[in-house]
Amino acid sequence: MPESPTRYQRILGSPLLWPALALAMLLLVNLVATPTFFNIRMQDGHLYGSLVDIVRNSAPVLLVALGMTLVIATRGIDLSVGAIAAISGSVACTRIAGAGDEAALSTAIMACTLALAVCVALGLWNGFLVSVLGIQPIIATLVLMVAGRGLAMAVTDGQITTVNNAFFSDLASGFVLTLPLAFIVAMVVFAFTAVLTRRTALGMLIEAVGINPEASRLAGVRSRTIVWTVYAFSGLCSGVAGLIIAANTNSVNPNRLGLWIELDAILAVVIGGTSLAGGRFSLTGTLIGALFIATLVRTIPNIGIPSEANYLFKALVVVAVCLLQSPKARRALRRRRRTIPVLAEAGHA
Amino acid sequence: MTQMETQAQAHSPQGLTPSPVIEMQDITIEFGGVRALDGVSLRLFPGEVHALMGENGAGKSTLIKALTGVYSIDSGTVLVDGVEHAFSSPAASQAAGISTVYQEVNLLPNLTVAENMLLGREPRRFGGINVSAMNRRARETLEGLGIAVDPTSVLGDHPIAIQQLVAIARAVDVDARVLILDEPTSSLDTDEVAKLFDVIRRLRADGVAIVFVSHFLDQVYEVSDRMTILRNGQLVEERMVAETSRLELVQLMIGREIEVLDRLDRQEHTAVDKAKTAPVLVAVGLGRKGSLEATDLELFEGEVIGFAGLLGSGRTELARLLFGADTADKGEVTVRSERRRLRSPRHAIDRKLAFSSEDRKAEGVVADLTVADNMVLALQASRGWLRPIPQNTRTELVQRYIQALDIRPADPDALMRNLSGGNQQKVLLARWLITEPDILILDEPTRGIDIGAKAQIQATVAELAAKGMSVVFISAELEEVLRLSDRLVVMRDRHKIDERPNDDVSVSDVLEIIAGEARSEQGSHHA
Amino acid sequence: MSAATLPVSASAWDRLRQFSPPSRYVPVLTTLALFIGMFGIGGLRYDGFADPQVLLSLLIDNAFLIVLAVGMTFVILTGGIDLSVGSVVALSTMVAAKTLQLGWDPYLSMVAVLLTGTLLGLLMGLLIHYFDIQPFIATLAGLFLARGITYLISVESISINDPTFTALAYETVDLGGYYLRWTAIVALVVVGIAAYVLARTRFGRTVYAIGGSESSAMLMGLRVAFTKVGVYVISGFCASLGGLMFSLYILSGNPLHAVGTELDAIAAVVIGGTLLTGGRGYVVGSLLGVLVLGIILTLISFDGSLSSYWVRIVIGALLLAFVVAQRFATRRQT
Repeated sequence: MPESPTRYQRILGSPLLWPALALAMLLLVNLVATPTFFNIRMQDGHLYGSLVDIVRNSAPVLLVALGMTLVIATRGIDLSVGAIAAISGSVACTRIAGAGDEAALSTAIMACTLALAVCVALGLWNGFLVSVLGIQPIIATLVLMVAGRGLAMAVTDGQITTVNNAFFSDLASGFVLTLPLAFIVAMVVFAFTAVLTRRTALGMLIEAVGINPEASRLAGVRSRTIVWTVYAFSGLCSGVAGLIIAANTNSVNPNRLGLWIELDAILAVVIGGTSLAGGRFSLTGTLIGALFIATLVRTIPNIGIPSEANYLFKALVVVAVCLLQSPKARRALRRRRRTIPVLAEAGHA
Repeated sequence: MTQMETQAQAHSPQGLTPSPVIEMQDITIEFGGVRALDGVSLRLFPGEVHALMGENGAGKSTLIKALTGVYSIDSGTVLVDGVEHAFSSPAASQAAGISTVYQEVNLLPNLTVAENMLLGREPRRFGGINVSAMNRRARETLEGLGIAVDPTSVLGDHPIAIQQLVAIARAVDVDARVLILDEPTSSLDTDEVAKLFDVIRRLRADGVAIVFVSHFLDQVYEVSDRMTILRNGQLVEERMVAETSRLELVQLMIGREIEVLDRLDRQEHTAVDKAKTAPVLVAVGLGRKGSLEATDLELFEGEVIGFAGLLGSGRTELARLLFGADTADKGEVTVRSERRRLRSPRHAIDRKLAFSSEDRKAEGVVADLTVADNMVLALQASRGWLRPIPQNTRTELVQRYIQALDIRPADPDALMRNLSGGNQQKVLLARWLITEPDILILDEPTRGIDIGAKAQIQATVAELAAKGMSVVFISAELEEVLRLSDRLVVMRDRHKIDERPNDDVSVSDVLEIIAGEARSEQGSHHA
Repeated sequence: MSAATLPVSASAWDRLRQFSPPSRYVPVLTTLALFIGMFGIGGLRYDGFADPQVLLSLLIDNAFLIVLAVGMTFVILTGGIDLSVGSVVALSTMVAAKTLQLGWDPYLSMVAVLLTGTLLGLLMGLLIHYFDIQPFIATLAGLFLARGITYLISVESISINDPTFTALAYETVDLGGYYLRWTAIVALVVVGIAAYVLARTRFGRTVYAIGGSESSAMLMGLRVAFTKVGVYVISGFCASLGGLMFSLYILSGNPLHAVGTELDAIAAVVIGGTLLTGGRGYVVGSLLGVLVLGIILTLISFDGSLSSYWVRIVIGALLLAFVVAQRFATRRQT
């Protein structure tokens, strides 16, 4: 091992290289299909164009995926994010629709705050099941995944609630400093997450718990608090995503809002190079993953396939990424002669 | 090696026993250039219980796995009834009549006893399982072994001891000619062991060759006829049990002969004046079912206390209970006169205890984090995630310990997984020193690491004690324990059997105590 | 309520073992008691609820879900999970509708449907076993894949007008004043076959063995690879059979059919007393689980004042209760 890898080597060895290359490839495909794909024009002080659409559309998935990244890093999974997003949208819309002054800024702020508070509480509930009762994460969050949309409908009383609040709809379609507000919100949460994990010790402790729970326990890490925190954070992120999705249509359909977003979010995390087995995580990787998914969704119609078929391509991406990460598949690819050393490690304890 | 083989031959009772059912000759196995087994031989005779003896890393489990086809052999031959065989898989080994029962019962707790015994070769009828015939056959086999269990009951409802017997019954039902019992007694109580031995004796009478692996010398002497002793992946000797004293056995396992042991250069040990100072830590009646009998211990300031004993003697178990890594079910630990049950490592750390586990890989190293992260982990954990260690302090601490302990590479950002064992161990030591503990418990801190790192760690321990830290030092290497300790605690079969100041105690004294052939009076007759 | 009915049903059922049923049957008996209790409440509160036809209608309306739950039971018993079944149902309706639209023979069309689902199950099983991909990820890919193919075939709903299909859909089996449909009978037959396979064949016992401990099952020389792939093939087959039954029920192919049905199937299996971590449970429990889900819906529709979304909330609450109970039951054992 060289003492100081050259810059070239460092780039080659970066775990972000492959996700970034994949994204670049996808953009290139679009450019070939539509030569004007990269064009961005300024209109009324706002930026318009395919790329702008992509970053705006990536916001909800990115938000959910940020929370999911931390959950996955602790060896967990949160299947309830879609349901939480639906609850968030439902609470906010119902609150706005029922307010005395439906169009006021204060109404929008109050409604969003309330919705997010509910989502944090739901995240805490998930965290309770996982860290205190010790239920497997996939099972624990399945409960809310099943019940969540029912709860969302209970909030809206089963209706598709539409709202009329310009401030609220700005959350999805508004622009600040020429950029879509949704994207800015997502980037603010991204920056917040980065600071939360990398400027405090949270990130390191999350990774320690995810990599070696027993060593962490013996070192005195309060893994219960850590796990609880990440599920609450995941709830918060899903809540913000739910608000943006609801704002995009100025309405909430509890049955459809955020449907399958948990799958997109997991996909974004996995594409970004964070292993489902827990441990080291990369928020930048997740960002690239979310952009990749948004680009993919945009690419499908652009190359002349019905846009609904994007699920098909997502499936292929899931399989490809998982095969690339699976040690067994890698070994089969490399055709290693002996599998004995693996057994030896396991048997030498 | 040849000399040892001739020795082995000399000890076998010629003419008494028929030819061996299994003969492993000159077995060598390497893992990535490291020799786990180096020219080891093993003979198993029908109708004999053969004890496989050795300390950690001696190669017992590797040898067993070679015999059961889990590992492939690099050189050497395996003869079954005098015919050479190569076992490429566990199935091939089983087909040759070799069955294994592991310490952790490898059965299915959710199925019935009969299914656990017969699944895979169950009697069938019309393409389906003939349940009544299966239960009948299971009942017959169980009765033949004298095991009173209802074959239709669910396995998981029975205690581990019964499950172990069912595992043996499964192994026997395949007409096993060789039965390997790997640590079968480690979680059984006395009655259960007796029951197990009953079954072993019945099988021996039926002509089965039994390999018995156990840490408990008493049990080895009670049930086995012949033994093979391994050390560091090499064959030491094959012996008849009846012709070997315990002291001899322990010496063979640990690998020193009495003559060369007596004098060691060692540090000046300061006997602590117990009358004057109050102990830093007091444990009263500390114990846990299945791992440690009630044990008392006192630890004084600036004292190094050494735990000696074989693997499984309770030395590690006691250390874990002191730290709260496992929860004690009886007794209590008082730290600085504060009587509190240590419920978790957190509590212990808050009371200025530190504990480095013997299992560096599974319980110490966080492989994918950097050296720096690994070092500050314990300190950061006690501060909580909201109060990160300031960057300057962190850099300063990490640099200081990298230098003080000579950790290589001296790169705080190197991934822990890329360090050698010795350097990983130093990082773990640094992790605890950074928390500035009063009491440092080190379980096998020098196992499997190079000589330089070992000396470094020993010197550090002595230095810390001189500065007033209390240290519990555990090692399988008695020389090391004797060199460092002010006081010795000797453990055997989950008991503390002796405690004495390290005042001219020799390794052979300790061996005698461990072997249980010397009375534990104070002082030493070798002085 | 449920406490009162439990011992009664147990003693009648298994008098030889005195009054306490073996602990392994307790979850299923609880579900049975729950079902009887709900049926009792309905019978007391609403006119016409205590009619045997209400029970038979439960079977008819939930026939496809019963079949899905049977396949899911196999998967969950090994400790896995199959998230793709809802999408496979949608794909099945679409394959049936499209092939019929293209003028295929109805029976050939049915075979095509069943082959599609089985093949998809096989693919997922191979990914899971041979490449160590977590079941929920592999079947997540299956979920996406099946939906994607469905959309590729047609974005619009296609109705089914084939006379064979409609005849099968509307034909009733007379039971002396009451009636069943063929789909319900097929569902019951599937439950019966599955119960036999799980209880009395080496394959079935290996399914339980893998759920108990995969490494032990391997060491015991059982055919782990075959069985592990096999359960996903079975689940895929059951999902497509369920999809076929769903197309008979709804007589159209639509990419939006059966969204979230995988959650219903999982919930039914868990409420039926099967341990989500694998190794314990009975297919009869899953049948009861589906009936419990169905009767909740029936109760709510009889009531009239409650909205349908309460179904999901009640299912979630039941799921929670069973998951937490399972957690404490397994914790006590270890």
